[in-house]
Amino acid sequence: MSSLPFQPLPDDAGVIKGLQEGDEHIFEMVVDRYSGSLLRLALAYVPSRAVAEEVVQETWLGVFEGIGRFEGRSSFQTWLFRILSNRAKTRGVRESRYESIGLGTSDDPEEGPSLESSLFITEGSGVGHWKVPPEHWEADTPERVLLSKECREHIEAAIASLPLTQRQVITLRDLEGVSSDDICNILQISETNQRVLLHRARTKVRAILDRYVKHELK
Amino acid sequence: MKPTFKEQLMRYLAGNFSCQDVANLVTDYLEGALSPKQRIRFQMHLGLCFACRNFLKQMKYTVVTLNQLPTDPVPPLIKAELLRRFKSWKAE
Repeated sequence: MSSLPFQPLPDDAGVIKGLQEGDEHIFEMVVDRYSGSLLRLALAYVPSRAVAEEVVQETWLGVFEGIGRFEGRSSFQTWLFRILSNRAKTRGVRESRYESIGLGTSDDPEEGPSLESSLFITEGSGVGHWKVPPEHWEADTPERVLLSKECREHIEAAIASLPLTQRQVITLRDLEGVSSDDICNILQISETNQRVLLHRARTKVRAILDRYVKHELK
Repeated sequence: MKPTFKEQLMRYLAGNFSCQDVANLVTDYLEGALSPKQRIRFQMHLGLCFACRNFLKQMKYTVVTLNQLPTDPVPPLIKAELLRRFKSWKAE
């Protein structure tokens, strides 16, 4: 493996041209940059790490098949995630993971009322106010939280426990930084549904962090 | 204590937004998806409500934390296999 650490990936045009011309160095950099992201996105579709790894391998094969025809109408990352999403959906159906929610592309936001409703007063003069007001989290930075292996595991477990489409949305938006428009394109969901799913996913992870910051990091 | 003019104005602009409304709209706010009127009400409520300011900060902190969650590096054997396949694809 010859790639140097910290060598930046070229822009999309450079990546696409490099792959189309069979540039091994560019391919190696693309693999280094995206393999981890593809794996965690695949885990939002299929039931096991082993199957997710196979989906990632199939995605790379899809890149070989499609790169010659790729015209750059979307970003390379969006195109790559779309390939993975399509392959993972096929595998997810085969692994019977989509039985309860269709193909994970439904506009049904999966759950009933807002997740936060239990946190608020529902009767009397204080209706709509916090039962227990959120506290200021001490000056721990996200970096410090993530330095804790235990906290990372809590966050990862919280993400893993989310319904599939919530998991897909939060993985793309917050872990990978994909734009809302591109997420709607990749997952074939409406913008409103995307935000509902994102909100539910974020509030669940926030609750885990709240518990962790209050009780473990003090 | 009688509210100041500024507080009265902020309460008027905040409309009937409750803490629960703010909590439910926090992602729309962070994603820039609120209407101008909703945005003003949201911000006025924040100006008056310490608890909701904390909630907003917690949600921002959650997003930043998730954004920094590291990925696993690709295992060397898998990478070597991918490179081998790339070379054979290139040779075809």
